[in-house]
Order: sequence, then structure tokens, then C-alpha cells
Amino acid sequence: MSLAPDSADAVVLARGLTKKYGERTVVCGIDLTIPRGGCFGLLGPNGAGKTTTLRMILGQAPMSGGTLSVLGLPMPAAIRQIHARTGVVPQSDNQDPDFTVVENLRMYARYFGLRPAEVAGRIDELLGFLELADRRDARMRELSGGMKRRLSIARALINDPEFIMLDEPTTGLDPQVRHLIWTRLRKLKASGKTLLLTTHYMDEAERLCDQLVVIDRGRIVTQGSPRGLIDEHVEPHVIEVQGETARVVPVLGSIPGSRLLTVGETHYCYARELGPVLARLESAPQLRYTHRTANLEDVFLKLTGHELRE
Amino acid sequence: MTNMGLVLPRPQASALKIWQRNLLVWRKLIGPSMAFSFGEPVIYLLGLGFGLGQFIGEVNGIPYFTFLAAGLLAASAMNVASFEGMFSVFTRMTHQQTYDAILATPLTVDDIVAGEMLWCATKSLLNTLPILAVAFLLGAIHDWSALAAIPVFFLVGLCFAGPALVMAACAASYDFFNYYTTLLITPMFIFSGVFYPVATLPAIAQVLVNILPLSHAIALIRPLVAGQTLTDPVLHVAVLLAYAGVGYVAASIFIRRRLIR
Repeated sequence: MSLAPDSADAVVLARGLTKKYGERTVVCGIDLTIPRGGCFGLLGPNGAGKTTTLRMILGQAPMSGGTLSVLGLPMPAAIRQIHARTGVVPQSDNQDPDFTVVENLRMYARYFGLRPAEVAGRIDELLGFLELADRRDARMRELSGGMKRRLSIARALINDPEFIMLDEPTTGLDPQVRHLIWTRLRKLKASGKTLLLTTHYMDEAERLCDQLVVIDRGRIVTQGSPRGLIDEHVEPHVIEVQGETARVVPVLGSIPGSRLLTVGETHYCYARELGPVLARLESAPQLRYTHRTANLEDVFLKLTGHELRE
Repeated sequence: MTNMGLVLPRPQASALKIWQRNLLVWRKLIGPSMAFSFGEPVIYLLGLGFGLGQFIGEVNGIPYFTFLAAGLLAASAMNVASFEGMFSVFTRMTHQQTYDAILATPLTVDDIVAGEMLWCATKSLLNTLPILAVAFLLGAIHDWSALAAIPVFFLVGLCFAGPALVMAACAASYDFFNYYTTLLITPMFIFSGVFYPVATLPAIAQVLVNILPLSHAIALIRPLVAGQTLTDPVLHVAVLLAYAGVGYVAASIFIRRRLIR
């Protein structure tokens, strides 16, 4: 396996990563170089192959093809050593329902060969970090979804890993908990850990990721920083209008310096300059519109022709 | 890196962490667990052993109360290991996703299978010891050689744990286990010598029964419990070990296929 110059300190190096289930190819030969430090994102809709890619990196799904190394060690040959330095936050919480919060953390520490006495201090720190200190003796059934997710994150950190993988960490959580988790993840990044995040939320990807890869139907569609991708692919202004095509297109179609994209009943007018578009809209006061700046969902829509969120 | 088929299992001592996890959970839920696995054999012992014992007297030179106690101990070891290996493992594997969580750590599928088999056998032991104690108290057993049956309870647990794990690996839901209990466990319970000697069956039936492990378990446990000499102990131990060994390898293969895909 030859190494490209920039992969000397890569946390994950994958070439031609492929996964087939019978006749169906779910991940089609993707290349990934995840650098040390910072947050790397896998952004794509449900069913794109994000979780499958993560499972291969974790060694929980055998690769149908390609090569993979994690933390400089071959996967799956060195799986035990790799896992000792990795933390995983799964998509659905899988704590032991019969243990309390603290007991879950202690047992998980034991799997890494860490005895409860050794990790008692770290457990207290982690519970404080994830704001679960007053829940140490709570049973799983007493915890809300947000608390269980925070416990999953605390558990993923119990072995003080260098590399943490998070599979859709804030799906299904209310905004307050999402913000708390985002600030904590930023702190982890700042302390030098490498994060790999999968998500279908573009706001999460924009907030957390330094680099990201857009995946659709098992292939990488584009790669770059959130800001870089937006600047590269999409015009800065977006006018969004809901309404029948027959009424909207005469107003917003064929404005010089802009393009109109229609998805169902929603029309997106992308423009380099706002002036001409607003002038046209003044002539049609019956249309209700919103104006916003371009985001990663627009990038996805342009490159794949369908929406990020179904 | 495609063929994950016939790789022999390579567990490490870390497999004991799985065993430890199960023990810690068991300690929390000890009440209902013991009531279930302990209550039934004791009722059989009192209800049938005591009642029928008055009509039957001795069987092969052993009082029926003792004869039945030995059979029930072996059956209990079988039932407990089978139930744990099927139902509890299935719950951990699917509803709780416990193994997914464990596989993100340095532990592997081989560790999980080895740890679970050791736990099923331990559970057999934890459930048969109280029955043994009660049998002593009721006077069904009075020979100290009965204590030598204790390692046999563990071995019986190992023997039945492997096949149970294979069932769990292949099951889509709990209903699937009905095949195993109805077609194997219950026939063994009735025909393998728990209630009456295997020798009373027609010759063909005896051959079939002796292919299955429970009659061999009883052939070891009954003489020990009744204070008689063992006949062909090496054969019976070998059969139980063979089932345990083959069961372990099969369980590793099937569970790995289910978890790593």
C-alpha cells in the first residue's frame, strides 16, 4: 500500500473501500484520508453508506474490497490495538439497561483493561463534562434520550481515545441538548483529539467539521471544508419560493447571473448578486419568498439533484 | 478480506470480562432468576419424587427419590444453560445491542462467545447447587460423593451452551427457539433417563437417546449422587466434551457471521 505525502500522520487511510451485500454495492470504492486533529465529516442522506463506511473503519463489517489502516495500523489485523485507542458513539444507544450510569461506565472501562479504581477520577470528570453528575446512580429507564446520548459520549471517552467516531450523534435530540453536545465536541477537538462524524444535518456539519466528504449512494461526490465547498459550488444568495411552477418561473426564470432549480413545489433561485432578483420579485408581490445565504444542502442538491433530507 | 467462513476461534483471557458483566447483572436480578430455575425442579422433586417414590420403591438399586433427584439435577443443568444461551444471548445481541457496544472495545467476537459459554455453564452451576442442597436436606441424597457431581454440572452447562448459542445466532425472533425446545430439549427431558432408566426403552430408541448428551450426563451424575460406582466414565465425559467443543466452534462461526457483516 503506497502512501501519499499528506498521509504521513493520517488517522484513517482508506483506498478503494467497498462493501457489497449480495448483488447490492452499498459503498463503491471510496478513498478517505482523515488527518490527525480536527473534525472530519461524512455528510449524506439516509442510506448513502455513511454508517456502513464507519462500520468498516471500526472493523464491524468486513470489507468487500480495498485497503484500510487506522492510526497507522492495518485493519482488521490490528483491531484490538486500534480499538484500545478509539472511542465510538453509536447511532442508537446500547448501554446495559440493568446497570446504572456509573456502573455502565465502570464495566465499559473494564473491557479496556482499566480497573474501576484507576478510572474513578476520570468517570467523575466525564460525568461533569457531559452534565450527568447528578445522575450517577440513575437507571437507564430513568434517563431521557438526550441523557442517554450524553452517557454514550462519556462512555466513548472512558479509555481517553485519540480518535473518536460518532454516528449521527444528535439525531432525534432537542435543540438544547444538540447545542450542549456541539460545544463539548468542539472542546474535544481543541484538546487535540480527532473526530469522525457522520450526519445528515448540514448545520451540524457546518458547525463542527473542518473537512468533510459528501457521500451519496455509496460514492464520494465532493470533498473539502464546509466554507470551501459552498464557495466552490454554489452562488452566495439563495431566494427560496414555494408555489406552482407556472406562477414562479415567469418571475424568477432567466434572470442574468442566476439559475433556478425546482424540487417539487420548492424553487431555489441562486444568484451572484441580489439586486436583479429582488427587482424581479418587486414586480410580483403575490409571491412569498425567503432570502438566505447558501449552505451545504444547496451544495448537495446541485451535485446530486436530490435533497439531503428526505 | 472477504472469506470469514471457517476461521478457528482465538479468544483471550479478556473473554472473562464478558463473564464478569453477566455475573454483575445476574446479582442484580438474582431474585426472579433463582425463583424460576430453582422452583420448578424442587416442585418436581417433591411432587413426583416423594409421591411416586412411595409406589415405585427402588430403581436399579436406588430409591426413586434419589433416582429422580439425580435426573432432575442433570435436566436442570441442561435447561438453564440452554435457556441462557438462547433467550438471554438473543436479547443481548438484538434488543439491547450489548455486543455492538462490546465490539467497539478491544474485545472480539471470539471473546464474546467464549465468555458467554463460560457464563451459561456457571449459571447451570449456580442453579443446580441449591437443588443439590435441598435434595440433601430432604434426604434424597446422603452420599458425599454427590459433591463430585459439581464439576459435572459445569460440564453439562458447557455442553448445552454451544448449541444454544448457535440457535441464538440463527434466530429471527424468540419464536424460533420453540423448534429447539420442542424437538430436542423436551424429548431429552422425557426419554434420556430423568424419570426412568433408558434401558426400558426399545433398542432403537436407546441408540437414538444415547447419541444425545443428556443420558451421558445422567450416567455420570446418578452414580455420584447415589453413591454407586461409575460405569464407562471416560466415554460419558468424552461425549459431553465433544458436544462442548464442537458446539463452541460452531457457535463462534455462526455468531461471528451474525455480528460481523
